[in-house]
Amino acid sequence: MNFKNQFSIKSLTKYSLLLGLFISYSCSENESQTVTTMNEIVWADEFLINGKPDTNNWNFDIGTGQNGWGNNELQYYTDRLQNIEVKNGMLHIKAVKEPYLGSSYTSAKITTKGIFEQKYGRYEAKIKLPWGQGLWPAFWLLGDDSNGTVIWPQIGEIDIMEYRGQQPTITHGSIHGPGYSAGEAITKSYTLPNDRFDTGFHIFGIEWGPNYINYYVDDVLYNQITPSDLPKGTEWVFNDNNFYIILNLAVGGSFVGSPNTQTVFPQEMIVDYVRVYK
Amino acid sequence: MKTTKKLFSKITTPLALLILVNLGCERDISDEAVQATFSTNQTVFSDSFSAGLEYYPFADSKFEAFSVDTEVKYQGTASMRFDVPNEGDRNGAYAGAIFRDDNGGRDLSKYDALTFWAKASKAATINDIGFGQDFGQNKFQVSKRALRLTTNWVKYTIPIPDASKLKQEKGMFWYAEGPENGDGYSFWIDELKFEKLGTIAQPRPSILNGDNISVNTFIGVNINIADLNQTFNLGTGEDISISSAPGYFVFSSSNPSVASVSETGVVEILSAGNTVITATLGGVEAKGSLTINSVGSFVFAPTPTRDPNNVVSIFSDHYTNTPVDFFNGYWQPYQTTQSADFSILGDNFLNYTNFNFVGIQFANPTVNLTDKPNLHFNMYIPNSVPSNFDFLVTVVDFGPDRVNGGTDDTRQQLFVRRSPSIVADRWITVEFSLSAMPTRSNVGLIIFENINFSLLRNFYLDNIYFYKN
Repeated sequence: MNFKNQFSIKSLTKYSLLLGLFISYSCSENESQTVTTMNEIVWADEFLINGKPDTNNWNFDIGTGQNGWGNNELQYYTDRLQNIEVKNGMLHIKAVKEPYLGSSYTSAKITTKGIFEQKYGRYEAKIKLPWGQGLWPAFWLLGDDSNGTVIWPQIGEIDIMEYRGQQPTITHGSIHGPGYSAGEAITKSYTLPNDRFDTGFHIFGIEWGPNYINYYVDDVLYNQITPSDLPKGTEWVFNDNNFYIILNLAVGGSFVGSPNTQTVFPQEMIVDYVRVYK
Repeated sequence: MKTTKKLFSKITTPLALLILVNLGCERDISDEAVQATFSTNQTVFSDSFSAGLEYYPFADSKFEAFSVDTEVKYQGTASMRFDVPNEGDRNGAYAGAIFRDDNGGRDLSKYDALTFWAKASKAATINDIGFGQDFGQNKFQVSKRALRLTTNWVKYTIPIPDASKLKQEKGMFWYAEGPENGDGYSFWIDELKFEKLGTIAQPRPSILNGDNISVNTFIGVNINIADLNQTFNLGTGEDISISSAPGYFVFSSSNPSVASVSETGVVEILSAGNTVITATLGGVEAKGSLTINSVGSFVFAPTPTRDPNNVVSIFSDHYTNTPVDFFNGYWQPYQTTQSADFSILGDNFLNYTNFNFVGIQFANPTVNLTDKPNLHFNMYIPNSVPSNFDFLVTVVDFGPDRVNGGTDDTRQQLFVRRSPSIVADRWITVEFSLSAMPTRSNVGLIIFENINFSLLRNFYLDNIYFYKN
């Protein structure tokens, strides 16, 4: 299947104008927000078939990567049903505390690399998150590396949702690129009012077009990132490359710290759907 | 401070009950009719007492500990001030009170926590603070034990274990706090109210501190399911555990014919057999359980027949006992022995658990055994006798100084070895002569201990006495 981006530059310009408008409206609490404008589905996984996730849609990342996937993460990613399974219309990614091939935890990570990659669009997933110190679920996009010839952060990274299990009311939306990666990423956090992310499903999404990425949770648009937000002299790497989707649940690592004795295992990140619109 | 005596037992007739009676003229009172009656007012204290709120200090506390402070406040015009007395304060040894809604109670079922801002004159730890204590049944009492305060205003959250239970709660707030290392101090509470935070989640109730405990017991014994807690994860990501009354839990017995369990968590053993007591809170299974192994009817120790004039009794329901200082000295640091003494139909038994050694002291006064040179006791070992059973009894004479230690103590060691007469689940009678003991005029201590790595852990004792034939 090939769902390459079919947007024309012209229509995207129109979208970005519209988005600019509703951002200014969002300052006033009484105005209803226009959160999304791209409404035609181009790719989705509704997780309807029980068992392993559909390999027509997803690849598995297996193992511990380099240096705990570059973040000193503690888990070993597997494709076993104990760690990743579709059941009752939901994808369950489960972090388990168990000794496994030298690691103390197992979990899972899936990507659409080489299967579904595109530039721009509206990406959203409905997810119920895990909780507890040291759990780090994420729903994110990574730019294609042209068979390893371009390296991170030049390839670009768009984190639609990152979350620390020890902060169950806060999600983070970020971009990483050359000169603004890792600790210097462009980030905004969003705190769910009078609710938390581990007790129900919430929609995490972005709308991404030329020179902008808008971040939303449920019906709340909470951030827009444009080239003007970048450090001086750095490059906006989100107008050229194709990006693929990643879902994973990490344990430990530099972003969250290690689990502690109060962390309850197993923990699940449950995904109702992932949808991409144009 | 655990002392919570009931001082104010005056019963005011709540308005709500009057309304209820009127309803009763027209139809049977349904639960719904009752529930609809009560206020949902969330405020307990903001700048003054909320409607219906009354202050009732604990009987032996310092009554004046509470005042309304208009100088120090987090917000508005006033806060609640609590002055914890110094040790030795004539007006009361501690500060403690309940704040009760005397308008008949409030419907708190739509809230999920009691919250407040607090600070103290020095960093301090409040022993108990919570809600649900009403000087009545305290059915839904909650306490956050050891709440740590700082000298800055901080917002605190005490979650409601299961708000659906609180349709008519009178206990809006209570606390009890004693001096810290002998010194009193002050703390302030402001904006005290029930709230629906929406961020209190991941309930993990527990009974028996989350342990799975097994006991061997008998028909007629009552056992209280204690150490009831509810743990939540707050919106800040912190876990908080709160001591929660049995009223929040639903207890069950896997085999009700062996043991029943009441709403208040009291287990009553009814017949021989096994059953497991578990509980749920708000539909969530509580961690921890009590496995009951009931061996059936309790067999009492043989009734002593010796003439009381020939006996100096330490522990028996059949003789007048000499004053005993303690039945378990809890000698630190090496002693592991716990006491689980019990009584059945008025007959008392010593029960030592997790046994390694234990002492019974009766030194005030010491006893003169010059003409009673024999020791008797009955021992019951539940389940089985360990294969390496080896039990030492030491009788200690404190000498003329009549105190344990010094240079004048003498002791007699008596060995109970494994033999065919040492059997489980039956009362064993052990008798020894103390005639080898050079002096017996100031005996004050008996020590029981495992020797040679004996694995005896649990046994009962009765009828411990000295005698002459």
